[in-house]
Amino acid sequence: MKRKTDVAGEAQSEGGLAFHPLDQFQVQPLFGHGPIEWYTITNVTLWLALAAVAIIFVFVVGSSARKMIPTRLQSVGEVAYSFVHNMVEDVAGHDGAKYFPLIMTLFVFILFANMLGLLPGSFTPTTHIAVTAVLGFGVFLFVTLLGLYKHGLHFLGLFWMSDAPLVLRPIIAVIEVISYFVRPVSHSIRLAGNIMAGHAVMKVFAAFAPMILISGIGVLVTPVSILAITAIYALEVLVAFIQAYVFTILTCVYLKDALHPGH
Amino acid sequence: MDLATAAALGKFIGAGLAAIGSGAAAIGVGNVAGNFLAGALRNPSAAGSQTATLFIGLAFAEALGIFSFLVALLLMFAV
Amino acid sequence: MTTTTTTTEAAAEVAHETAKAGMPQLDFSTFPNQIFWLVVTLLVIYFVLSRIALPRIGGVLAQRAGAITSDLSAAEELKQKAIAAEKAYNDALVKARAEAAKIVAEAKTGIQQDLAVATAKADAEIAAKSAESEKAISEIRAGAVEAVKEVAQNTAKELVAALGGSDDAKAVAAAVSARLKG
Repeated sequence: MKRKTDVAGEAQSEGGLAFHPLDQFQVQPLFGHGPIEWYTITNVTLWLALAAVAIIFVFVVGSSARKMIPTRLQSVGEVAYSFVHNMVEDVAGHDGAKYFPLIMTLFVFILFANMLGLLPGSFTPTTHIAVTAVLGFGVFLFVTLLGLYKHGLHFLGLFWMSDAPLVLRPIIAVIEVISYFVRPVSHSIRLAGNIMAGHAVMKVFAAFAPMILISGIGVLVTPVSILAITAIYALEVLVAFIQAYVFTILTCVYLKDALHPGH
Repeated sequence: MDLATAAALGKFIGAGLAAIGSGAAAIGVGNVAGNFLAGALRNPSAAGSQTATLFIGLAFAEALGIFSFLVALLLMFAV
Repeated sequence: MTTTTTTTEAAAEVAHETAKAGMPQLDFSTFPNQIFWLVVTLLVIYFVLSRIALPRIGGVLAQRAGAITSDLSAAEELKQKAIAAEKAYNDALVKARAEAAKIVAEAKTGIQQDLAVATAKADAEIAAKSAESEKAISEIRAGAVEAVKEVAQNTAKELVAALGGSDDAKAVAAAVSARLKG
């Protein structure tokens, strides 16, 4: 908060535009100015908690009536439930349904964090590599350990293409191993990068918006940038959903690989 | 031109070059979506079951563009 | 001169910016904090979802699916019943129609028989009556011829007698008969 006013002051004193597209991702303590310890309550904590509260509101309060003919809130929960449940069953197979609560947790958490992050002035936890890396590497570790536990060394057959020519198999195996270990990296960076890019672009356009106060060209620039912010915002709503969907469905794909390594 | 200026210049040029990757990823994403649409119009009954594949393909194509965007960001703000 | 100062200023500003902020995502001092709170949040969401929300929603969905299937099967049953009832109705209708046709045909044959009997009887009566009357007519005719004959003989005898002929009755009668025949 304090920093933002600083920035605004700077911009006014310099009489130019202020581009600080990454300031919105700053992690700050909510109370006081101390250093950020692992237990400090920060804006990350606040928005994670808000996401959790929103999820509890929709899925627990919304469904508490257990109506045969659902209310609106209840049907939101039911639609999300069947959406993810069908995804898990379609992609990971019937025995993947056991892990449905885990995948549902990932989906609703990412979806709600993304959506809450679109509120003006909010903080988006999913723009942080730290957060998405925990999600991505968590999925990676879980899936790998599950595969090793379920299939033992047979799980390594995932990398050994038995239907490829024998000469090519080691090369393919190397490529497969590399691509397997790149999975969590791309999995987490995709989510953080997408959301961060959208927010940064909006901020850049937002920096152009007060041009009308500074110079004559602003008559043209300000409406264009406001329109652009509106358009990008609409796109970001879509992206917020699609990224949650993509993260979830890739998790299902990895889960399928762990459950049925024989392709 | 002293060293700091040259470094700043290089950073911005590098970031601009890295941003080309976003455009390339856009081509890739367009390719995926366009081919999906072409296939879906030929065989609309099979299209519904393949939307998950479409999104996975889009995600993979887009992730690489995001990587180049990330490189640009790193050059601008972190190096 | 001015250009150099602005570029150095820009560079200085950039350097300053980097030192002050850099990319907040790469500020590793905040990582333990973020990871800790993220794990706490995820655990809360996981337990709320898996213990309370998901079983409840799944139960509602299953219950609704069950209600829909049972309603559908009940509707199917009712439909079958309706079809059976319609079939029974149609059968009854067809049967009644056949019965009615049979009754009509029976009645028709009965009436026809009665009619034939009555007609035959009437015919016979008429024939008897006409035969009787023919007989009467022929009797009357025969009587008339006889009477004419007698009248003619008598008249002829009288005429013969009156004209002074012989009153040979026999000869006159024979002559009259011959004339009457001729």
